[in-house]
Amino acid sequence: MKHLLSIEELDRAAIERIVSQAERFAEVSDREIKTVPALRGRMVLNLFYEASTRTRSSFELAAKRLSADVVNFSAGGSSVEKGESLKDTVLTLSAHKPDAIVLRTPWAGASELVSRWCSAAIVNAGDGKHEHPTQALLDVYTLRRRLGSFDGASIWIVGDVAHSRVARSNVLAFQRMGAKVTLAGPPTLIPRDIESLGCEVRYDLTELPSADIVYALRMQRERMTETWVPSMREYAGWYQINGARLGAGQVLMHPGPVNRGVELSGEVVDSPQAVITAQVEAGVVVRMAVLYEVLAHSRENGQSAREQAAPEAVHQGQPA
Amino acid sequence: MSHPQELVCAPRAPADVLIADVRVLDPAAGIDARRDVLITQGVLAELAEPGSLAPAEGMEVIKGGGRLLLVPAFFDPHVHLRTPGQEHKEDLESGTRAAAAGGYAGVIAMPNTDPVLDSAPLLRSLRDAAARQARIAVGFLPAITRGLEGGQLSEMAELRSEGAIGFTDDGRPVASAGMLRKALQYQRLCGGVIVLHEEDPTLSRGGSMNEGPVSAALGIAGIPTVSESTMVARDAALAGYEDARVHFQHLSCAESVRALAEAKARGWRVTGEVTPHHLLLTEEDVRAMDTSMKMNPPLAGEHDRAALVEGLRSGVIDCIATDHAPHARDEKEVPFEQAPMGTTGLETAFAALHTELVLGGVIPLELLVSRLGTGAELFGLPAPAIRVGEPAEVALIDLEARWVAGEHGWESRSANCCFAGRALRGRVLATLCRGAIAHRDRALAPVAA
Repeated sequence: MKHLLSIEELDRAAIERIVSQAERFAEVSDREIKTVPALRGRMVLNLFYEASTRTRSSFELAAKRLSADVVNFSAGGSSVEKGESLKDTVLTLSAHKPDAIVLRTPWAGASELVSRWCSAAIVNAGDGKHEHPTQALLDVYTLRRRLGSFDGASIWIVGDVAHSRVARSNVLAFQRMGAKVTLAGPPTLIPRDIESLGCEVRYDLTELPSADIVYALRMQRERMTETWVPSMREYAGWYQINGARLGAGQVLMHPGPVNRGVELSGEVVDSPQAVITAQVEAGVVVRMAVLYEVLAHSRENGQSAREQAAPEAVHQGQPA
Repeated sequence: MSHPQELVCAPRAPADVLIADVRVLDPAAGIDARRDVLITQGVLAELAEPGSLAPAEGMEVIKGGGRLLLVPAFFDPHVHLRTPGQEHKEDLESGTRAAAAGGYAGVIAMPNTDPVLDSAPLLRSLRDAAARQARIAVGFLPAITRGLEGGQLSEMAELRSEGAIGFTDDGRPVASAGMLRKALQYQRLCGGVIVLHEEDPTLSRGGSMNEGPVSAALGIAGIPTVSESTMVARDAALAGYEDARVHFQHLSCAESVRALAEAKARGWRVTGEVTPHHLLLTEEDVRAMDTSMKMNPPLAGEHDRAALVEGLRSGVIDCIATDHAPHARDEKEVPFEQAPMGTTGLETAFAALHTELVLGGVIPLELLVSRLGTGAELFGLPAPAIRVGEPAEVALIDLEARWVAGEHGWESRSANCCFAGRALRGRVLATLCRGAIAHRDRALAPVAA
């Protein structure tokens, strides 16, 4: 795999390959010395056009654990503010010959565009409201660790679907893994025709008890100013996942950061059903696996050699 | 009040040419026959049986071989020539060169320039410039409201006396019904068609493409088709109430066609146009996020496209207009949501529609030729016709020619064409405007008798 641009382009086998690799890296993370030399001498460039704490830091950590060099480039305070176009920025930074560019932008399709402009491997860390594939992969990883398989499970994604790249990537990823996905939220925040992705839509939570997994989305306060919902109070009344709504056997997920008291009540955040902290932990190992997937094999010849070589490469690289 | 509304173009040497054994097709005149066509000093001097006319000494002869097609030149009531202010995208010379290459002998330019065309002095200077630079005839539609801001009428009567063909705020709707009503009332004084880009900004705000399954999948904010159709219905009712003459631009969805049909059935003086891209493409073509597929109104669903084709066939939609909207390469080489809206269209309109709709068996050639010319009449201008004794305004077309759009570049200064890379059939070999050759394809080298 040369790039990771979207979940759309991944089949179940590809998702499972990356997640399995992440599981192998998880063993490394438990050791005292957490680095492996798999990407020694390679350069990963984090190019972020949007504020991000956890995604960027987990990519940075992932690259460092693989012994890659990391350069962070934020659009704020840079030539971008002086009006440089995305293309010129990418061409300029390409002069440093990064092996991979991790890209977050507010624009759908930007990663795919950038993949045409330079020779580096491109990892989409969020393109507008389109996709956030590494989030979906780490969610699959988290669920697999918690539940083993979730083939046939019912997953409800609740909240502001319209503005969520996480929702779009997860609908695709969960379905690829055999789950049945239902989107629920206020009608103003569920895109028309979203059912064309193969999911179902509900405007209230009366059937929520049928879900095996409840995935709450972040409700951004700025949506209020555009009157997508009448008030946070009314939103919370209808869509907040709280102790009364969350069943004992359900798993609760959230991409973070949580608005306590809005989409989630404090009690469920801290409940045993919640895997929110596990999702954050999964971020580093899954992103290690993604960087490894797009970079580690490119030195070797031929696609067929890759997959067998992968596990050995890690083990050989581990410090004694 | 005098109204010098005729179109303007630069003077060019009149043509002397014999087009031998060509299929002459003029649906309005009821002509469809093989003929020799003699053009002398720019005037269409004779139409006669093939083989019956001889060229004068040294006169150019184009051999039609019974294969080439001669039709009245096309007319496009909706183009952006980007002058003044955005000449890096297009100017009067390049835009009219592109039009001539597409078989057009007349175009009407939109006022969303920089500065906005909303004053008589600017209109005068543009007409002067066109009289020096334009290869084919150009007319101008100044703004309905000053600065296209929707707040105050432009000086419509003075603009009319300086040659305004009508008025439009194209690129934007006249959002306020009250403001539009005043323009329609004022039309009684000054005449001129009121030309409307229909879009309810409260519905379209923030959108970059049609609202539907593709926008849902891409996470790109959608523009619902009702953004256009509700405004068509509203403004048709206003036109009916004020008995005003209104033309609707670039209709893009089934509901708009229906609203136009209902308005016409009530006898209201309304007409409408459709673009080649809305006739041939849908939101599915946006899935790859190619910015050449980003235009306003956006490409809609397949049932909308089918309704537009049916509207064109039935006559509910009066004419084809390209909405030729050039943008510089670096302006379009950005993520989809950042890109400006618009596609070029003048050089591909006939060939794309011929390839898909005529050769696809959807509409007859006669209908396509007719609807590419009716735009002129809608604005009270003489339609190009094949008429003996008149200056030749014709397009010579090789219906068999195969080419790939954009493979040898463009006459337009911009390359943002939604049909770029498509294999097309049918190519304009030459265009005559006012008796002069405005375009000659490289395939048509001059051969003297």
